[in-house]
Amino acid sequence: MSYLEYNTSRMPKGLAKVLHLNWALVVLLIAVACYGFVMLYSVAGGSAQPWMEPQLQRFVAGLGVMFLVAMVPIWFWRSVAGLGYALSTVLLLGVEFFGAVGMGAQRWLEIGPLRLQPSELAKITTIMALAAFYDWADIKKISRPVFVLVAAVIVLFPVFLVVRQPDLGTSLLIAAAGGAVIFAAGVHWGYFAGVIGSVAGLVVAVFTSRGTDWQLLQDYQYRRIDAFLDPTLDPLGAGYHINQAMIALGSGGWSGRGFMEGTQSRLNFLPEKHTDFIFTTLAEEFGFIGAGSLLVLYVMIIGFCLLTVLRSSNRFAALLTVGVTANFFLYFAVNTAMVMGLAPVVGVPLPLISYGGSAMMVLMVGFGLLQSAHIHRPRLPT
Amino acid sequence: MKRSDREKELSRRMITRRALGLGALQLAVTGTLLWRLRDMQLEQADAFRLLAEENRINLRLLPPTRGLIHDRNGVLLAGNEQNYRVVMTRDDAGDIDLVLARLSRLIALDDAAIARAREDMLRNRPFVPVTVAERLSWEEISRVATNAPALPGVTPEMGLSRLYPLKADFAHVVGYVGPVSERDLQREETPDPVLMIPRFQIGKSGVEREAESLLRGKAGSQRVEVNSVGRVMRELDRVEGEPGENLHLTIDARLQNYALERLAGQSAAAVVIDIPTGDVLAAASAPSYDANLFVRGISSKDYNGLLENDYRPLVNKCVQGMYPPGSTFKMVTALAALEAAETDGLERVFCPGHMDVSGNRFHCWKRSGHGRVDLETALAESCDVYFYEMSQRCGIDRINAMSERLGLGIRYDLPMTSVASGLNPSREWKKRARDADWRIGDTVNVSIGQGYVLTTPLQLAVMTARLASNRAVLPRLLRDPLERAVPQATSLDLRPEWLAMIRRGMSNVVNDRRGTAYSSRVVDPTMVMAGKTGTSQVFRITQAERDSGIRRQEDLPWNRRNHALFVNYAPLDNPQVAVAVIVEHGGGGSSAAAPIGRDILLAALNEGRPPLAAYPTSQRNRISAEQDLLEERLRDLGSYRVSRA
Repeated sequence: MSYLEYNTSRMPKGLAKVLHLNWALVVLLIAVACYGFVMLYSVAGGSAQPWMEPQLQRFVAGLGVMFLVAMVPIWFWRSVAGLGYALSTVLLLGVEFFGAVGMGAQRWLEIGPLRLQPSELAKITTIMALAAFYDWADIKKISRPVFVLVAAVIVLFPVFLVVRQPDLGTSLLIAAAGGAVIFAAGVHWGYFAGVIGSVAGLVVAVFTSRGTDWQLLQDYQYRRIDAFLDPTLDPLGAGYHINQAMIALGSGGWSGRGFMEGTQSRLNFLPEKHTDFIFTTLAEEFGFIGAGSLLVLYVMIIGFCLLTVLRSSNRFAALLTVGVTANFFLYFAVNTAMVMGLAPVVGVPLPLISYGGSAMMVLMVGFGLLQSAHIHRPRLPT
Repeated sequence: MKRSDREKELSRRMITRRALGLGALQLAVTGTLLWRLRDMQLEQADAFRLLAEENRINLRLLPPTRGLIHDRNGVLLAGNEQNYRVVMTRDDAGDIDLVLARLSRLIALDDAAIARAREDMLRNRPFVPVTVAERLSWEEISRVATNAPALPGVTPEMGLSRLYPLKADFAHVVGYVGPVSERDLQREETPDPVLMIPRFQIGKSGVEREAESLLRGKAGSQRVEVNSVGRVMRELDRVEGEPGENLHLTIDARLQNYALERLAGQSAAAVVIDIPTGDVLAAASAPSYDANLFVRGISSKDYNGLLENDYRPLVNKCVQGMYPPGSTFKMVTALAALEAAETDGLERVFCPGHMDVSGNRFHCWKRSGHGRVDLETALAESCDVYFYEMSQRCGIDRINAMSERLGLGIRYDLPMTSVASGLNPSREWKKRARDADWRIGDTVNVSIGQGYVLTTPLQLAVMTARLASNRAVLPRLLRDPLERAVPQATSLDLRPEWLAMIRRGMSNVVNDRRGTAYSSRVVDPTMVMAGKTGTSQVFRITQAERDSGIRRQEDLPWNRRNHALFVNYAPLDNPQVAVAVIVEHGGGGSSAAAPIGRDILLAALNEGRPPLAAYPTSQRNRISAEQDLLEERLRDLGSYRVSRA
């Protein structure tokens, strides 16, 4: 379905588009972001600096970007999907060769005063490229191996580059969001069963081979995997942090210890309390009411996004929306599962709340695309 | 590409179906997360709350303030001074070399101190705080505090550390404190938790060690909120401990200072006892050392210097040093003979200069002999033969009993380190220790304080006090500043007429022209003293040496010369103070020890400074010059005086 098919005459034009935005979604995003401002104020010990104020500025800027992206017709975004994918690939390669090393990993690219995190950009461009690919491809042929292989390459190339940075969390997120798009496009479920089955088989093989003659990995690699899966094996390293996070979260109780009264975050027992572990502070200070209501807000955002998908008869827009939604969902699901001790510790921020610029901006661009799809959805002739 | 309506519809339905599937999956995952959240926050909240409290609250012991030690007049002998120090924890510091390098730019830290701190940190477990620098100035400690962000793991601390303002004067009596060692912990049955406080100091010697339980006090406790690196954020509550007890010694700091300076330059000891109370007024052991060196951590160079010194400055010779008493023992032999009724004291014994006992010849110190001597003369002129005779008459058993009655061979329970019991020999002792029978020659040797008998200067002072008072004077080192009167010591029940004879003999030693210490007499009638010289042989002058011309003590190497002893008391008619002096390898008691004994005794009777008028006119010029020299070295205690409790 190319943009030529759009019934452009029925589309809102100019500033009238603003009225057709999905305002409920905008309100939800602002509400979630407000949780973030409150928590950043709290973890700074009751101060707007150094985190809350910059975060507020970024969010406002992010809202602006979202509106701008939303104003641009969705068919324009489809036509630049390939270009965007190419650009993000080039940037990822740039990181590979010229990237700045931070926190033991190459993630940033410094271009003058600008500091880019291309892996964040790759999340959105990969989804766009996939959606464009399936919009272009013949629906009857998409389950053929060649087509599946092309889609897999589109996903796995950036995944491979991000893994090398190394940033396992982001690469898994890209792979999973890409997988969601491929799944939604209608590729035969057998492929997914195959992938899941072979991954499971590989895992089983790796673990059963341990200690035998045909052991697949070195001993130290096994020990690393052990520590990754069960942080309590390393009580003073990663295990210490996850343990402290769980203590903070659990001690919150029903209504929390009160705003700025959380002892775990106040006394620095929590690691990364303004970024990846901010959910624990929220849970500690506002209890189940605070943390649970945030999860409900997230679910509502997911719901509104899915509604957009269902109302869109445009294949590109629908698949793009599925990707953006999956990406958003994976962010908060992996982050909260991690701090609750249900998932290994991987560096995934809590969307719209954790302090940080790149992730916030990319999310807002994603929601902008979603809004664009919403505004520019085909209206059925009445 | 262009799609047919059917295809569009197919695509739409496929996407709808699969998107709803994904949505359901997402909802299920979120539901699981919510369930987990509910489980942790509602079901296990109490357990986690407890863990959070344990995390943040830390119970700390507050070291009690150590009790002060004063002299009998309230002069501070051991105090506590503010001490600013910097401690560092390896765990929190991360790169300890970097942090130490930064620290060395803020405070004076030499390479040795850095190396020691580094080694301490690497040797201890990573969370143990190690003291990097001590005794910093307020400016230095504030510089460290201001730069705290650049110095992870470094904490400025304020504590009290022990200070001995009179330095070397009380090193042997008061002793010193030091950090708790493994052995200290083992010595206590249930170690006081306060000992676990890092850098806590306990008594290592002297009163500091022996009266540790009084001085230490009880630890307080403090509940504090700590952050993840253990830094204290605020105090929640606090229970104050009890400071240690302040102690008052019987020592007079002014007299102690005088005695030490008077002994300076020799390896010597002097003990002064207040006869009515038994108070030890001075216990000087020379040479001494500055006890503060040990508190601050003595360098191995300084320590080896003390260890290798021939004059053994680390030994408290007053109570640890055991010496043959020589002629100062003769009062014991005399009293044993009198009590055994083997003589009436007036009987004269002929001294030809020697006596043959079972084939061995025992010489009198005066080779030409004393002629016929009675008890008083024998004491005054220190005739050996008289006592050889008396000891054979009364036997070792009576001498042994009298010796004990006069306070020799007893270990006094004073709060000082390694108080020795000396040796009061007996038949049983020789059988047990030497596996040999007692011989008559042994008795003869003991009669003049040679042979097996060994005494400490403290014991000799006690003996003198007992002879002067006929009471079983017991020495004591601690006193209650509020006490009204000390109960009098029990009587020794020695017949007054015997004691009168002994005292007259001792008086003649210094006041009779023929007495061995006539040159050390006191002319002031209110301070007339009595005494007894002693010269105890350490090595015999061998025949070979005699042949090569060595006849005098001065010709021998220092460590082979005789010990010089002198015991005395005064005033004659109303004894108040008893003194015992020993000068190791000093030569003769009358020349080396008696002048010192007189000076110290006069100082004790006159608030620490002997009055010139007490000396014989002919000696005053010389004494005056000596006093002027000594006065320059004496400490002015005016600034140390503290009001009485």
